[in-house]
Amino acid sequence: MIGILASVIDGVLVGAVYGVAAMGLTLIWGVMNVINLSHGAIIVLGMFVVYFLTNATGVSPYYGIPIVLVVGFVAGVVIYWMSVNRVIGRPILMSLLATFALNMIIIGLATAAWTTSPYNVPISLPGITIQNYTFTGTHIMAAVIAGATAGLLYLFLHYTRPGKAIRAVASNREAAELNGIPTRRVLAMAFGLGVALACVSGALISTLFPFTVLSGGAYQLKSFVVTVLGGLGNPAGALLGGIALGMVEGLATPFTPVSWTPIIEFVLFVLTLMAFPRGIFSFTRP
Amino acid sequence: MSNSVSQEVAKAGTFKPRRALAEELLRHARRPFPWLIVVFTVIVGVAPNVLDDVSLRESLLLAAVYVTLASNLNLMIGYAGYVNFGNIVFFGLGGYIGVYLATTWHVNLVLSALIGGVGVSALAYLFGLGILRLRGAFFALATIGVNEAIHAFVTNFEPWGGATGIYLSMDAYEPLGGPMNGLWLCYYLIVVVMGLSLLLSYAIKTSKFGLGILAIGQNEDAAAVLGVPTPRYKAIIYSISGFLPAVAGCLYFFKSGIIEPNGAFDLTTSIEAIVMLMLGGAGTVTGPVIGAFLYEELRSFLLFSETFSHLQLVLAGALLLVIVLFVPGGLMGWLFARVPRLRKWLQ
Repeated sequence: MIGILASVIDGVLVGAVYGVAAMGLTLIWGVMNVINLSHGAIIVLGMFVVYFLTNATGVSPYYGIPIVLVVGFVAGVVIYWMSVNRVIGRPILMSLLATFALNMIIIGLATAAWTTSPYNVPISLPGITIQNYTFTGTHIMAAVIAGATAGLLYLFLHYTRPGKAIRAVASNREAAELNGIPTRRVLAMAFGLGVALACVSGALISTLFPFTVLSGGAYQLKSFVVTVLGGLGNPAGALLGGIALGMVEGLATPFTPVSWTPIIEFVLFVLTLMAFPRGIFSFTRP
Repeated sequence: MSNSVSQEVAKAGTFKPRRALAEELLRHARRPFPWLIVVFTVIVGVAPNVLDDVSLRESLLLAAVYVTLASNLNLMIGYAGYVNFGNIVFFGLGGYIGVYLATTWHVNLVLSALIGGVGVSALAYLFGLGILRLRGAFFALATIGVNEAIHAFVTNFEPWGGATGIYLSMDAYEPLGGPMNGLWLCYYLIVVVMGLSLLLSYAIKTSKFGLGILAIGQNEDAAAVLGVPTPRYKAIIYSISGFLPAVAGCLYFFKSGIIEPNGAFDLTTSIEAIVMLMLGGAGTVTGPVIGAFLYEELRSFLLFSETFSHLQLVLAGALLLVIVLFVPGGLMGWLFARVPRLRKWLQ
């Protein structure tokens, strides 16, 4: 019994990190109605930035996270002007394909540069042991940073002018434009922010599990499930959704083999889409 | 009194006799385009035999598979306007069902391919009734989910060999008169499937059902208001778009001699089919053929070139991006815009 509880708590810790990844996805969707299919590739990018920073400087990967944030933001803005700007407002197929094309380019380049062999960020933190169960230090630290990121995002969106501009554009783009908000630039900023969040979650995941160039796909699927659980376009719901998914995974781990996880996630995904199209945690209208 | 009622009913169209099938076929037979498809299929079919060129056969076989995938995907993306990212699941699942029947139960190859096709179509219909309630991006995500979930399921499914898959022994080709004849037979069958895919695309586009599907692609709510039974039509087109890829999957994997989960449910192939479709022009019958052949040429060029062999994915991605951003109509769309008279001859 206590074993299951420990597994669920660990799931919650990891789930908070999924939440950060999903916040990036849901922010982009909420602001510009674009589903970013290069999300997984960008998560992988975050992983590799941390890996090379840690290897080059030898400092703890956690110090790399602000750098990852900046790199992610710049990459996001570049990606926006390169491929997303032209497809905004066009049929959904176009933005899906444009971001997927980007995904192929990033994954292809990354595979050519780093092959598909597994990488690992060396790190050890003292864990907390309760009875026979140890909660790894890295998992706790990752959850704390994920929570802090979510808090900062909330403060940014609600108490700064650029954040308010993003919310204005999300709720009504024409009205925002009429009020003198340069909406294209705000869209670029929102996209950069979303990508930066994905990079940070990638950075955190790299401290938890070994990864390859191709790991992004699995985390992208998780991000979608979380996003749908939390309600598309709802960053606060995304964190709760991530924690919920983590709990489900934690509950499932003692009973089913790991390879069944995608099936559970997919079933959850489709059922949520059908039963609660606005997400389980959307108390307010988006 | 009765006369006026019957007039009313006749006006409403209930008593209008359905056009006979023979007449319908004749109407199509008078047009040049179906014959073009038939001639093209026959040329592709006999070319490697006449030229006695096995490597040509292999590359044409791959191209025919690509045409089948792209052309059936076109039914969803080009006609109905629904993005099916996980279209490869039909190919892989059809392959698994067919190869399993042909090897373990020694069912005749054509029969097992057909059973695979029917099975996949039936599953797709049931799934379609559910996931086609999702629209736009949600549907696209769900199709990725379907592929990943079935991939994970097959990887864990022991009767189908789990992660290692099913290997065919040489005996499997005995009923076809040995491996040599077996490979040729598989080739002819796949080319026939390709031809049928194109005829299917054409037939749907010119039918009343197709008109409903195209209306859904334009504006689903408007189509529903005008009386198109959208949920049923969408499920039917989803199911139809799975049939021939499943049959082709069985033939292809039977010919390859091995089927394993990572090869059968490869999301990259799924996306490659989308690239071909967009390259040729979505919504046209000819587009997927041109796109598939061009892409096959490009791919084999990249695979054999020293510099680009590692960058195949990058170049496919860049190609897709350029098409999406600058030529969303594809080659056929571009051509039709330049030479409108071509529409009389090509679809």
